[in-house]
Amino acid sequence: MQLTNRSKQVDRSPMTFLESIYLWNILKGMGVTIRHFFKKKVTVQYPEKQRYFSKVFRGLHVLNRDEEGRENCTACGLCAVACPAEAITMEAAERLPGEEHLYREEKYAAKYEINMLRCIFCGLCEEACPKDAIYLSETFAPANYQRKGFIYKKEDLLIPHPIKEKEAYEKAKSGRVDVKKKD
Amino acid sequence: MELLTIKIWFVLEKVLLIAGIIGLSLFIAMYTTYAERKVAGWMQDRHGPNRAGPFGILQPLADGGKLFFKEEIIPLASNKFLFVLGPALAMITALVTSSVIPWAAPFVTKEGTVIPMQVADVDMGILLVFSIVSVGVYGIMIGGWSSNNKFSLIAAIRGASQMVSYELPMGLALLAVLFMTGSLKMSEIVSTQIQHGWHIIYQPLGFIIFFICALAECNRTPFDLPEAENELNFGYHQEYSSMKLGFYLFAEYINMFISSAIMVTLFLGGYDIPFVNEASWGLPAFWMTFISFSVFMAKIFFFLFVFIWIRWTIPRFRYDQLMNLGWKKLIPLALLNMIITAAVMLLLKK
Repeated sequence: MQLTNRSKQVDRSPMTFLESIYLWNILKGMGVTIRHFFKKKVTVQYPEKQRYFSKVFRGLHVLNRDEEGRENCTACGLCAVACPAEAITMEAAERLPGEEHLYREEKYAAKYEINMLRCIFCGLCEEACPKDAIYLSETFAPANYQRKGFIYKKEDLLIPHPIKEKEAYEKAKSGRVDVKKKD
Repeated sequence: MELLTIKIWFVLEKVLLIAGIIGLSLFIAMYTTYAERKVAGWMQDRHGPNRAGPFGILQPLADGGKLFFKEEIIPLASNKFLFVLGPALAMITALVTSSVIPWAAPFVTKEGTVIPMQVADVDMGILLVFSIVSVGVYGIMIGGWSSNNKFSLIAAIRGASQMVSYELPMGLALLAVLFMTGSLKMSEIVSTQIQHGWHIIYQPLGFIIFFICALAECNRTPFDLPEAENELNFGYHQEYSSMKLGFYLFAEYINMFISSAIMVTLFLGGYDIPFVNEASWGLPAFWMTFISFSVFMAKIFFFLFVFIWIRWTIPRFRYDQLMNLGWKKLIPLALLNMIITAAVMLLLKK
């Protein structure tokens, strides 16, 4: 039985004299390489040009805020539980009176860390989050000289404030596709 | 007393020419490494080096600088004198070969003195080239043997046997050319081609054989068995580091350059411009020399490109394939070519 029609019977007859000086086949091979010589190159010149990422690319995490700039995260820990690489650690704290403009609900994450060396960028934290507080963006974690440089604190992960830093917020937000809307 | 009759201008002219040619060979060898990496990149759908300077043209300088600052290691178990002699020999033989090549049309001054653009127009020019090239094997052999490493030793043996086997068909292909010129003088070989047409037209088979053998003599793919990276760990220069390694690598590229020059001289009419009679243009002497030199270089660059092109196209031969091709295919073909040439020439004479 044949799976594809591309298989060829191997010719095992001994080489003729002309074949055994390889010249013709070498010329054919050189034809292939010269065609590639003039082809368009596929390399993306990295620091000058960035690769195009698809809209569902799972890159660096972002901690979300609502329209008034309050943090969505309630430190429920579901993301940390869902994380297969155990990259997320957090400490919860209670919102004090007068902090209503900072945190959306009465519990918040005082400390929120993701170890980017452990993270496998699977996006399960995003799926687990009931508050739309964490999502994966279209950038990747840049290189660093030290291990501790890869442990991203809450300040590193938080999205810019939508009112105080409007432009930066729009820029960060624009890359996001609302996958959850579909279902 | 004869030595005293040599004019100071003659000495100066030759010294300048030698310095120019050596400088040129080194410069071309330097940029052949760059061309090699660029062409390799393009053939593999990449860009090649493009970070050091515009389009990466400073890359060879960076590579050379790196080699200079590498630690110089001479293995304890090696023969120190021979270990240093190996790369030196490879470099010297690579450079000396260029002495008999006519680089351009002779320069005629206003007073009528003819300055040949050739260091030495000896009567047995091409034989001199061959003898020096066979000394070049010692660079590989001594280097491989004295580093006291089994990979290097295997490489040295391979290199020696490969060079010896491929010099035979090379010499036979050359003989057919010499039948036609009747002279071993390089300048004469070029002038007969300017008169009667290039040898590649009369000797296509001889040219192909010569070209294949030149690949083998330069240890270029598909005949790079002495330095087979993946089976012999770079072969004869495995134990070398720093500029001694640089000398070996450099000598390889100079050899490429010189053998291209020799092939151009023997088969492609040297500095002759095809299809036109440049003597009738009546150009000033300087421009004549300059144009003929540029044409010569253009032909050489074409060959260098083909060398690189072949390297990035085909894999290495197996050792038995190499020997079969040399002894069973190329030598009979070269003999046949020689006999046919001789017979045709005999017929035409009658």
